Amino acid sequence: MTAHSLAAPPHVSPGNARLIGITLAALLAWLAVYWQLEPLSHWAVAALPLAPGSHLADAVGFFIFDTPKVLMLLALVVFAMGVVRSFFSPERTRAFLAGRREGIGNIAAATLGIFTPFCSCSAVPLFVGFVSAGVPLGVTFSFLIAAPLINEVALGLLFALVGWKVALTYLAFGMSVSILAGWIIGRLHLESWLEQWVRDVRGGATDLPPEQMTIADRILAGVEATREIFGRVWVWIIVGIAAGALIHGYVPAGMLAVVMGGGQWWSVPAAVLIGIPIYSNAAGIIPVVEALLGKGAALGTVLAFMMAVTALSAPEMVILRKVLTARLIGVFIATVTVGIIAVGYLFNALFT
Amino acid sequence: MKNVKVLGPGCNRCTATAALLQGTADRLGVAVAIEKITDYAAIAGYGVVSTPGIVIDGKLVHAGGLPKSDDVARWLAA
Repeated sequence: MTAHSLAAPPHVSPGNARLIGITLAALLAWLAVYWQLEPLSHWAVAALPLAPGSHLADAVGFFIFDTPKVLMLLALVVFAMGVVRSFFSPERTRAFLAGRREGIGNIAAATLGIFTPFCSCSAVPLFVGFVSAGVPLGVTFSFLIAAPLINEVALGLLFALVGWKVALTYLAFGMSVSILAGWIIGRLHLESWLEQWVRDVRGGATDLPPEQMTIADRILAGVEATREIFGRVWVWIIVGIAAGALIHGYVPAGMLAVVMGGGQWWSVPAAVLIGIPIYSNAAGIIPVVEALLGKGAALGTVLAFMMAVTALSAPEMVILRKVLTARLIGVFIATVTVGIIAVGYLFNALFT
Repeated sequence: MKNVKVLGPGCNRCTATAALLQGTADRLGVAVAIEKITDYAAIAGYGVVSTPGIVIDGKLVHAGGLPKSDDVARWLAA
């Protein structure tokens, strides 16, 4: 950077303007490519030596069409969310939640859980930092449940792939479970079930100077998020699309409607029990959701399955075991499971 | 001699942050003693919620994510 641009105010510096220009050009290029995807993939499938209408052709077609589409959408959604997330920080979220009453606090915590950036290696400092600063335990849990449950990338992908109704349902579903489960855990007054050292920590608020971020800084935050999340998630997406392609091509529609349809009382708990031991990234499960819904599975059952996969994972439990006693982890898993099943029934009842 | 603490459980970013601090200090010719704080109770005691955090001479200057290299140079030069 030259001395001239350093001296200029940040918002009008040439470097800033150039970066905004490049970003706009990149977005236009993205749109141009995206519009050409469907004809291109049709052409690619037709060129393959497959019998049209066969199971294999259906599966391969789903895979060839969905892979570039989902990966492109993922890049765009992650970039946008990276920019949005630069407006939030765990420190600010904590200051906002400290001393909130339960109820309102649970709702605020679940909402902030969607947007506040934090990686799983930060889960323990985050938990301890919240509790020690006077955020009620139930409110902390609402945040902790919402953060993985309502994945903003999954939300964006659902919106683009399956439609806004399903995306909004997913959002409402996840919020309900986070608020309800956190509220119940708060009502049970389980503070004494935290590990001893967590109860002893006395942390104060930070006096960090507020970060000065220009538009360019926020764009760079979006680019950084894309680089980091995309690099981590693309394998999950490919596996998810392959699973979705198999379902799309080979599973008979009638069978899924019977097993995962709204008619059977046991389909929701069964979907949740199957989902708990499976662990996938939230973004990777979306192509599976797309395929299941396409085959006539009920919305509440599919979302319950998706949430059981993303919300309750063994790696997260191992991390949380450092701050929670085994008993409290048991309550956590039980509450979230019951919450997911309850909301699954509710949505099946609402959407049939 | 500046006392620099990197707060974090030892994830990749914490290691990268420590390396960035050391590299910048060497470039600027500032003498630093970098210490990694991995104990969760100690990290929480600084009020840090997101890691890595950076404490320079007892004062918290950063929390969450890799710091910008311009900022690191500014903290070390101060």
